[in-house]
Amino acid sequence: MAITTAGRGTEARAAGRWRGKLSAARELPLLPIFILVPFAFAALFAELIAPYDPTMPIPGAKFFMPPYWMEGGSPDALLGTDFQSRDILSRLIFGARVSLLVGIMGTVVAGSLGTALGILSGYLGGWVDQVIMRVTDAWLALPALVFAIFLATLLGPSMWNIVTILGLVYWTRYARVIRGEVLSLREREYVKLAEIAGASSLRVIMRHILPNVLNTTMVLASLTIGVVIIAEASLSFLGVGVPPPEPAWGLMLSEARSTLMAGKWWLTVFPGVCILLVVLATQLFGDWMRIRLDPQQRNL
Amino acid sequence: MTTPYLEVRDLQTHFTTFGGSRVVKAVDGISFSLREGETLGLVGESGCGKTTTCLSIVGLLPPAARIAGGEIRLAGEDLTKKSPREMRRIRGRKIAMILQDPMASLNPLFNIYTQVSEPAYYHLGIRRQSLRRRVEDLLRSVRIPSPAMRMRNYPHQMSGGMRQRIVGAIALAGGPKLIIADEPTTNLDVTIQAQYLDLLKDIQQETGVAIIFVTHNLGIVAKMCDRMAVMYAGKIVECGSVRDLFGAPSHPYTKALLGSMAKLGSKEPLFAIPGQPPDLANLPPGCAFHPRCAEATQHCSEHEPKIVPCGQDWTAKCWLAHPKESLRHDHARA
Amino acid sequence: MPVLEVRDLQKHFPVATGTLLRRKTGWVKAVESINFSIEAGETLGLIGESGCGKTTTAKLILLQERPTGGTIRFDGEDIGGLHGDGLMRYRRSVQVVFQDPFASLSPRMRVGDIIAEPLEIHTGMTRQQLQQRVAEVLELVGLSPDVAKLFPHEFSGGQRQRVAIARALATNTRLIILDEPVSALDVSIRAQIINQLEHLQDTLGVSYLFIGHDLATVAHISQRIAVMYLGHLVEIAESTELCAHPLHPYTQALLIAALPAHPDAKQERIAITGEIPSALAPPPGCRFHTRCPHAMPRCSVEAPVSKEVAPGHAVACHLF
Repeated sequence: MAITTAGRGTEARAAGRWRGKLSAARELPLLPIFILVPFAFAALFAELIAPYDPTMPIPGAKFFMPPYWMEGGSPDALLGTDFQSRDILSRLIFGARVSLLVGIMGTVVAGSLGTALGILSGYLGGWVDQVIMRVTDAWLALPALVFAIFLATLLGPSMWNIVTILGLVYWTRYARVIRGEVLSLREREYVKLAEIAGASSLRVIMRHILPNVLNTTMVLASLTIGVVIIAEASLSFLGVGVPPPEPAWGLMLSEARSTLMAGKWWLTVFPGVCILLVVLATQLFGDWMRIRLDPQQRNL
Repeated sequence: MTTPYLEVRDLQTHFTTFGGSRVVKAVDGISFSLREGETLGLVGESGCGKTTTCLSIVGLLPPAARIAGGEIRLAGEDLTKKSPREMRRIRGRKIAMILQDPMASLNPLFNIYTQVSEPAYYHLGIRRQSLRRRVEDLLRSVRIPSPAMRMRNYPHQMSGGMRQRIVGAIALAGGPKLIIADEPTTNLDVTIQAQYLDLLKDIQQETGVAIIFVTHNLGIVAKMCDRMAVMYAGKIVECGSVRDLFGAPSHPYTKALLGSMAKLGSKEPLFAIPGQPPDLANLPPGCAFHPRCAEATQHCSEHEPKIVPCGQDWTAKCWLAHPKESLRHDHARA
Repeated sequence: MPVLEVRDLQKHFPVATGTLLRRKTGWVKAVESINFSIEAGETLGLIGESGCGKTTTAKLILLQERPTGGTIRFDGEDIGGLHGDGLMRYRRSVQVVFQDPFASLSPRMRVGDIIAEPLEIHTGMTRQQLQQRVAEVLELVGLSPDVAKLFPHEFSGGQRQRVAIARALATNTRLIILDEPVSALDVSIRAQIINQLEHLQDTLGVSYLFIGHDLATVAHISQRIAVMYLGHLVEIAESTELCAHPLHPYTQALLIAALPAHPDAKQERIAITGEIPSALAPPPGCRFHTRCPHAMPRCSVEAPVSKEVAPGHAVACHLF
C-alpha cells in the first residue's frame, strides 16, 4: 500500500525530516539523566547504600565532624557529621528518597486534580467552567508558600500530608493550561464527529480529550517536580514539613542554620547542592520533554 | 519573436535529508521559458515540485534545499550564479511573488501605505510626495476604491479579496517584469476569485508583465494562461500552448487531469486517476507516472522517456509521443 | 415523504460586546427562513460563498446548534423534540464528512477504531462483529480491510477521506452531510472521491446534502441545487435546469464566475462588484441588491419572497 502523506507536500516533508535530524542529534537529555539516575538509585536502595542509620548518631563519633579530607575528619564519616553526630552522607541518601517521593507524589496529586478540573472546565463549559475557573483564579491569588504553611499547620506534619498540601497548592497551573488546550480540542473535527455520532460527554472525554492532553500534563509535571521539591524543602526548613528526625534536605538546611556562621559549611552546602542538582535536572528534563512531545515535531 | 525573458534550463533542485544521506529530487531537470507579457500555467498536484520551482527562481529555497544543476536565465543573466545580496535587488524589482494566503503575506502591524510603498522606496528610490502618488496609483490599479483613504488602513480592516489585491499592489510596486503567483485565489470565494482573475488580466494588459501562474486548478489555466507546463513528480511531463494541450493532450497524465475536471452542466462520470501521487523519495522506475497510467506498457516501467517535440512549441515526456522508429531503436539498444 | 424537510429554518447568533459586562448588542442572522427537502437517494447541493450560512445550516441539521425558529423534520418527525431513543436513532441515521481529512480523524486512534466508534455507541456489537462491519465498510469505500489497524498519518489525503466516508456509512446511515468533501484534496483524487460517492449512493440509496462553493463539482454530483446568499435561499432548482437557466442574478454571477473547462469557452467578465456585506449589518430589502446589476428601488426596501416559476424551480427575486 502506498503510504504517503501527499496532502502535505513532499517538499515540506523533506524539509521537516531535515529539522527532525537536527533534533535527533540532541536525542537524549544526557545531563539530566547523569544527575537523576544516581539520585533515583540512592532513593531506591538507600538501606543498602547508606553506611549508617540516618536518624541515629554514629556510635563514638564527634559532633560536627568535618568531611574526611579536612583536618579532624575521618573516613568513617565521609561528608562529616551533624550536631547529633549523625552521618551527613546517610542523611543525604535517605533525604533523596523523601525529596523525590514528595516531588513525584505531590506532582501526581497536583497533576491529576488539575488535569481533571481543567478537562471538566474546558469541555463542559457554561457554569461549570465559570465556577472552576473562578476558584482557580482565587487559588492563584494566594501566595503558594504561605498557603502551604497554613495547610501544613492545619493538617500537622507528616510526609503524606506534605504530599497532599503540595498537590492542593500546585494544581491550578494544570487546570489553566489544560482548560485552554481542551477549548481548542473541543473544536477539532474528530471531537465534533464523535458528538454528532451521539457519543456521551464521558466517552468524548475519555476517548478523545484525555489522550490528547496527556502530553501537556506530562510536560507540566516534569516542570513542576522541581518546584514541588523546593517547596518541600522550604516547608521543612520552616519547620512545618517533614518532622525530625526523618532525614529531609530542607530539614537538614534548617537544622544547620544556626551553625552556618560558625564555619560549619558542610552542614548546609551538601543538602543545598543536592536540591540544586535535582531541581536543575528535572527542569532540563522537562524542557527536553516539552520539545520532544510537541506534536508538530513528533508527527514527523 | 523575441528571446524569452525567463529561461529555465535543466533546473535541478534537491532536498538533502538525514544529514546528506538521502537526496530528494524535488525538481529534477525541468526546462521552460517565458516571453515578456506571456502567462505560463504551472500545473500539478501537491508535492510535484511546482512551489520548489518558483522558490528556486526567486532564490528563496529553504536551507535544506539547493540548486544542484541547470540554469535560470532572467533577461540573459543566470540567477543561479547570483549572491543572496544580488538576489535581493532582483526580487521585488524584476521578479515579484504573490502567495496563497493574503493575511499571512501582509504584516498586521503596518498600514497599507507602508507595505505598498516599501518596494518602490527601496528598489526605485522614490521618496515623499511622489511615493505617495505612486502608492495611490498602485492601489487604484488594483481597483481599491478611494485609495488615499484606504492606504491609512491596516490589513485587518479589509476583506479577503481586498487584501489579496493589496498583495498584488505590493508585487507591482517595484515595477517587475515577472510575477510568480502561487495559487493566489485558493482562499478566495468564487465571485471574488473571478473579479481577481479579471483584474490580473487587466494589469497584465496595462503593464505587459509576464506571469507564472502556479495552480492545481485547470479552470484557472484555461481562463488565464497562454501556455502551460504540467508537472509530475519533479518533472515537466508536457508543455505547450493551453489550446493545444486542452484540445489534444499528448501525455496520459494531462489527459487524465482534464478528464477528472468536473464540467459545468455535464453529468458524465468523471475520469478518476487511480492510485496516489508518488512519494518523491521513493519514485517508481521508468516513467514515474506508469503505475497510474492507463496506457502504460512494460517498456514504460523500465525506461524513462525523453522529452520529445510533438508540435510547434509543444513537448511531451512520454513513450507514446516518441516517434515509432526511435522507440524501436531504443528497444534494440536495450 | 422526503427524508429531510427543512421549514422556515432560522438561526440568529447573539453578538456581545464589552469585556466585563457582556451585553447583547445585536444579532448575526446566519440563517433566515430557509426551506428545502431531500428525498431518499437524492443529492441536494447547497452552494454559496463564505458566510452565506451553509455551514450553520449543516450544524442545525446535525443538532450542533439549536434553531432560533422553524423546524427540521426527519422522516416526518421534528428533530427539535427528539430525546432518548429517538435522538439516538436520529444520530445514527445522519452523519457528516468534513472538508479536511487531516483534521477529522483522531491522530491517536487506529482507523478501525475510528470507523467502529459510532457502532460502539449505537450497537451492542461484539469485538468480532465490529471488526467484520469495519471490514465491510472499508471495502465499500474501496480500501482493503487490512488497513483497519493503521493510523491516519499512514494514509494520503484521499485515503483518509475514504476512511471518513466509511465511518459515516458504518451505521446504515440514511443521510450524509458532505461539507466540501473534496476541496482539500489533490485534483487527481477529487474525481475518485466524487465517483465513489456516486457509486455508494447508487448501491446503498443514501441521501446526500453536498455543501460546496465550486459550482461545477456541486452541479455534477447533485440532482438539485439550492443557492444561498447571506442567510437566504435565493434559488433552488434541478441542477441541469439551474445551470442552463439560472434566474437569480446571483446564480448568474456564480455561473459566470465558474472557471471554464476549455480555453475557447465563451468567457464573460463578472458583472457583480464588491464583496459580501457583513452578516452583522446585512443590507435591508433583498440582501443582494448592493451588488446586483439589476437592482431596482424596490429591492432595497422589500425582501423578495420565494416564488415557484416553473415546477421545482423557485427563485426569490423581484424580477420574477
